Parts: sequence; C-alpha cells; structure tokens
Amino acid sequence: MNATKILVPLHEDDVAPRFDLATEVLIVSKKGKTISKNKRIVALPRASAEQVCQLATTEGIDVVICGGIEETYYQYLIWKRIQVIDSVAGSSQSALKKFAAGDLQPGAIL
Amino acid sequence: MAPEHKAQKLPTIHQLFGYTIGFSHLLDEIAIGVAVIGLDRKIVAMNQMLKLLTGFSQKESFGVPCRHILRSSLCVQNCPAFQINGKSGPKCIETDLISKDRQLIPIRITFALLKTNSGKIVGYLETVEDLRPLKKRESGSFEGYSFEHIVGKSPEMGKIFQILPSLAQSESSVLITGETGTGKDMVAETIHHTSDRAKGPFVKVNCGALPETLLESELFGHCKGAFTGAIENKAGRFQLAHNGTLYLTEIGDLPFSLQVKLLTFLDDKVIVPLGTTKEIVSDVRIIAATHRNLDQMVAEKRFRKDLMFRLNVIRLHLPPLRERQGDVRLLLDYFLNKISAQLGRKTPELSKRALKILLAYSYPGNVRELRNFIEYTVNICTDDKITPRHLPAYLTDPSQAAVVEVAPPATAGIAAESEKQRLARTGPDQPWPEIEKQMIIEALVKTGGRKSRAADFLGWSRSTLWRKMKQFGIRG
Repeated sequence: MNATKILVPLHEDDVAPRFDLATEVLIVSKKGKTISKNKRIVALPRASAEQVCQLATTEGIDVVICGGIEETYYQYLIWKRIQVIDSVAGSSQSALKKFAAGDLQPGAIL
Repeated sequence: MAPEHKAQKLPTIHQLFGYTIGFSHLLDEIAIGVAVIGLDRKIVAMNQMLKLLTGFSQKESFGVPCRHILRSSLCVQNCPAFQINGKSGPKCIETDLISKDRQLIPIRITFALLKTNSGKIVGYLETVEDLRPLKKRESGSFEGYSFEHIVGKSPEMGKIFQILPSLAQSESSVLITGETGTGKDMVAETIHHTSDRAKGPFVKVNCGALPETLLESELFGHCKGAFTGAIENKAGRFQLAHNGTLYLTEIGDLPFSLQVKLLTFLDDKVIVPLGTTKEIVSDVRIIAATHRNLDQMVAEKRFRKDLMFRLNVIRLHLPPLRERQGDVRLLLDYFLNKISAQLGRKTPELSKRALKILLAYSYPGNVRELRNFIEYTVNICTDDKITPRHLPAYLTDPSQAAVVEVAPPATAGIAAESEKQRLARTGPDQPWPEIEKQMIIEALVKTGGRKSRAADFLGWSRSTLWRKMKQFGIRG
C-alpha cells in the first residue's frame, strides 16, 4: 500500500489559521490508518502561499490540511492533483488523527 | 475544543426594556460584524453580519479561538489582545481575512476591552467592517491629474502625488510647509483619509487661534477644579484624536511653553491634563503645518530646535501656484465644473480675454484665491460665457488693484513683482509683449543700463535678455 504524504501549515501546534501566513509546515506520511512517527517540520524563510504551494509540489504531497486558503492557491493545488482539506480549526495532531480515521472534512472544528 | 461551550445558550437582557430581549437578537441588528471574545481569546458570541463575512456560524464558532474564525492577518501576526491594556483605548486597524469560501476580504477591525463597573477586564469586543465597497469606490473614483481631492498636473504636484500614498502608510510625524492657500489642510486630511487611521478621528487645532492658557486646556484637557471655571473634566484634543490624526495648523504660532509639552508627547506618547499628574496614553499621529519659515524661527530662538527635529521627520513643501506650470488652467476648469455643479448651473465657458487675464495673474493667495475668483465669477455670471466684466473688479480695474494686499515677492527684482501691481500699472488689456518691453526698460533704468544686472533683476539669463532686447528693438 502506498503511503499518503500530508502537509499541514502550522501556527504553534495548531493548523495555521491562514495558509498564506504560515512560517512552518509539518510534513508527515500516513500508511493505512496510521500516521508515521517520522515527522518533518520545515521552517520557511518568510510567510508565503506561493512557497508553501511550491513545497507541496516538490515534496510530492498528496494531501494538504489547512485553515483559510485563498481560492487561487486552492485551485492551483487541486490542479496539481493535491487534495486540499481547508478551513480546519484546531490542533495539528487532532487533525491528523481525524484524517487517519477518515473523518476529516473541510470546515472541521476540532 | 471546549465542548462545554457548545451547550451554552446566549444570555438575555432583562433590564434594558420592560421585556426580556435576546442578546443575539441585539447583536444581529448591528450592521457590522461583532464578536464578543473571552479573556482566553475564544468566541463567546458573534452576530449574523460576522457570519456573512467569515462563513462560520455562531453555533460552530462558540468556544473556538477567534483566530480560527476571523482568520485575519492581524490575528496571526499581531494579535491586538496582547497590545491592548487598561490604559490604552480601543485599537482600530485595517487588515484582511480569508472567509470560509476562500475570499480574501479587506476589513477594518476595532478591538476594545470589556470591563466590569469596577474596571476589571472580562473580555474583548471586536467589530469587523467589510471594506470591499469602500475599496471598490476608491478604485473607481480615480480622476486624472488628481489624488483624492488635490488636483494638479505640474511636475511639482506629480512629485507630491507620488510621495503621498507611502507617506499615508507611515506613522511618522509630518510637517507641511507652504504659502497660504496652497492646500496644507487638504493634504493633511488626505494623508489621514488614505492612512490606516482613516476610521479614527481627524482632529484639527489652529495653534494660532487661541490664547496660550486656553490652548493648553484645549490640547491636553483639564480636570475639574484645575482652574477657575473648570467645573468639569474635559478631554483634550489629544484624547479626542486617539487612534486618529491630530492636525496642528499654524504650528509656528504655538507658544514656547506648549512647545515643551508637545515635545514630551512626541517622546513618550503620553499626555498629562491640566490639574492632574495622571498620565494618559494617546495613540495619535501628528501632522503639523505652517506658512512660516520654521528654520528661521529656530535660528531666532522663537521655535524649539528639538521640537522642529521631531516634527520634521517627513517634510512636505507645497509649491505656490505660480510655480505649478500648467495647473492654473486645469484648476480653472476643475473649479468651474465643480462650483457650477454645486450651484446646479450649466458650466459657463471662459472667454479668451477672461482666460488671458486669469492666466496672467500671479495668485498670491494660491489655489484658495483662484477658487474664490471662480466662485465669485460663477455667481455673478448669468450668461453662458464668462467675460472680463464678470471677473472681480481688482483684476480688471487697475484703480482698485492698489487696495489689494500684495504677497511678498519670492525673489528680488521686477520678475518677482506681483502681477497685481503690474496689472495695476499696465492694465490687463495691454498685450504681454508690451508689458515685457516695459519691464526690460524699467530693469535697465534701475540697473543703470548694466545688462547682466538687469537680467538678474528679471530672473532671466543674459542671453534671454539680449534676445528679447533685440526682438523689441531696445538698444543697450
């Protein structure tokens, strides 16, 4: 079974409320219903939606879990065949747990 | 996230009317977004308007940290809850949010403390205004050769238009200099209206209009009993301008003792009202203006050097109308259209002779004087065409010109002599070449026939004088 690569823009331990203002992103894999323990946090030189999009494409990300995202970037990621679960509010851990369980929907308040 | 909040019901208001009303109903009637936030920065209540803006309902937002609902740049980068305290007043900031339907919306947030009667801080009140209609209007209201209501196409004004937007976004003090009527007040207002403080008040104080003691109380406020007649506490202009701009016009006339107090404010951002030792924090941007030469006043020790340096962070000099090449014609048309529209009249046309007189005039009163001419003319003229007889008498009647105050010349010599004087001597109907010829002869007579000095007098180069002398057949 192929692993699913997930990217979560971070604000402290939470899913960043704004995709374009995140300065850190969490990259993690999911195999089956299990989130891998190998997590990678990438610090960005500055907050930039373009840079997060670029990171998502170069890292081969399958799913982006984020808070508020502008339509342009949302459509770009979809075009790049990346699934986007947006408007998620809450901690990144809860979001990943819910995603692994197959319960995470756009607009989820955790 | 705080599941116990989800079960909570919104409170009701009992004592406001004879009947009980729901708090949410009250909030929903407010035409801008409102959120009541707890000290833990979680949403306690929000209204329908905020739901429309953010896309999150009252039910799903309850107990959720406000940054996840509002999702403004401010929430992430510079949360106002950390900046506001019991001493400071509400914060008003322009920012943007991303709604649930992925739209980036420009907004203006006002963030205030909620206190009990005893002054204990219990939460925050946040109001959110949608700025989209305003931004649309701003982008649609562009007029060529103008910035807000300032009109001009000369290179001098082009430089001002270029600098104004960045100046508005800055928080630094601005010192506007320029002759009377050049538009200092208008520029100050424009800076305020295009800045992030636009929602806040724009308070204007004329430092030369009040006696020293009154001015102090007016600017800094006073406490009850501070002096005879102080029967109640009065907030000063600094307090009234909180979160906005305080425009100090005629700063050159500010008494020396008050210059020290202003200096203290510029350093510490606190004011001390008369009759108290309590300091009040005031978040105010200062814009000062004067038609006086402050550098000279500093040299003469009539204006504090340190205050001058603090005010002079950004200096904006507005050029007089006589130096704004091509702007007189533009302004004539602009005011003709504007004033005619205000009076509900058809815009009259300027006859060639009237236009010639208006273009030849030097406008010592600058744009204000030009506007007054047009206002007078439009009121007087009942025809479709403005002729010289519709113009103010002192423009066309040399005998009346003598009573008009003449502006100080910009440079020495005949070239800088007021146009009014010249018109008084020559008459407006005299062709320009003849006036020029007369000027050359006068300059040569005054300088004893020395051409280089006569050229200096006229503000021309020697070759221009030589060429014009040759043209008019004047032998040196």
